[in-house]
Amino acid sequence: MTRDEIFSKVRDILMDELAVDEDEVTPQSSLVKDLGAESIDFLAIVFKLEQAFGFKIAQGELFPENVAQDPRYVRDGKVTPEGLTVLKQRLPHVDFAAFLKDPQVSKVGELFTVETLVNFVEKKLG
Amino acid sequence: MRWMWIDRIVELDRGKRLVAIKNISLAEEHLHDHFAARAPVPGDSTGPLPALPVMPMSLIIEGMAQAAGILVGHAGDFKEKVILAKIGRAELSRDAGPGMTLRYTATIQGMDNAGAATTGTVELFDHAHPQRGFEPIGVIELLFSHLDNNMGGAGATGEAFPEHNFVFGEGFKTLLRVSGIAVE
Repeated sequence: MTRDEIFSKVRDILMDELAVDEDEVTPQSSLVKDLGAESIDFLAIVFKLEQAFGFKIAQGELFPENVAQDPRYVRDGKVTPEGLTVLKQRLPHVDFAAFLKDPQVSKVGELFTVETLVNFVEKKLG
Repeated sequence: MRWMWIDRIVELDRGKRLVAIKNISLAEEHLHDHFAARAPVPGDSTGPLPALPVMPMSLIIEGMAQAAGILVGHAGDFKEKVILAKIGRAELSRDAGPGMTLRYTATIQGMDNAGAATTGTVELFDHAHPQRGFEPIGVIELLFSHLDNNMGGAGATGEAFPEHNFVFGEGFKTLLRVSGIAVE
């Protein structure tokens, strides 16, 4: 499957789940900031990706979990260097470059763009 | 006592599928207000309207939420507090009135520690036309959250939920028992 085909399937899922229009879904769109996704939507997106691409996604594989609650990984609202190492390891499909400048835990959700999902699917299929 | 919107579970395939029925009765008081007869309004050419008792579609969605919620709860031995988190899609094409029977078929699409996604069909049996059988009238997709596993963020605001499973109380247990499903 080509990257374009993956993008088109991912876009369909997001249009359906987040009730957004086709032209709103670009590779750079942030799921939370631009497309209005809430935490529960991430769960639905995981299930829809599994159906559309025919693979299983383990909990925490696509979106992080148990990082924000761990005092080793988050201090004063910011992700610690130790936490960043864990996040990078667990989420190789995510681009952390912009996040590193101001690693506030409240902004972890903004890390996820449409491209993140495409990267993830491409890696899973590859 | 919880307001139950299904009368009986007629099929349960653990973790996969649940079929339930709901008989609509004119004894349900809300049907008399939904919709009550309307007197003519001065200046409005519509004129008087007779009463039209039909089951509110929001309650049909609640019926599906109860059917699907039980399916999800049963899959986890009712240990999780299964809360309706999102109505992904709800399309209903026909009114359902007294003397008719609704049939909900809920299917689990995906489930993990955090919650579950279900899809379901709604069918209608009109006892005045039994030869038609159950006719499909809609599709409802729902998302459930396992409450205790999703409170990490909100917990900081001091919210706390009781230990006991308040979602699956006596009303649900009675329904399961009369449907022939073993409950603790």
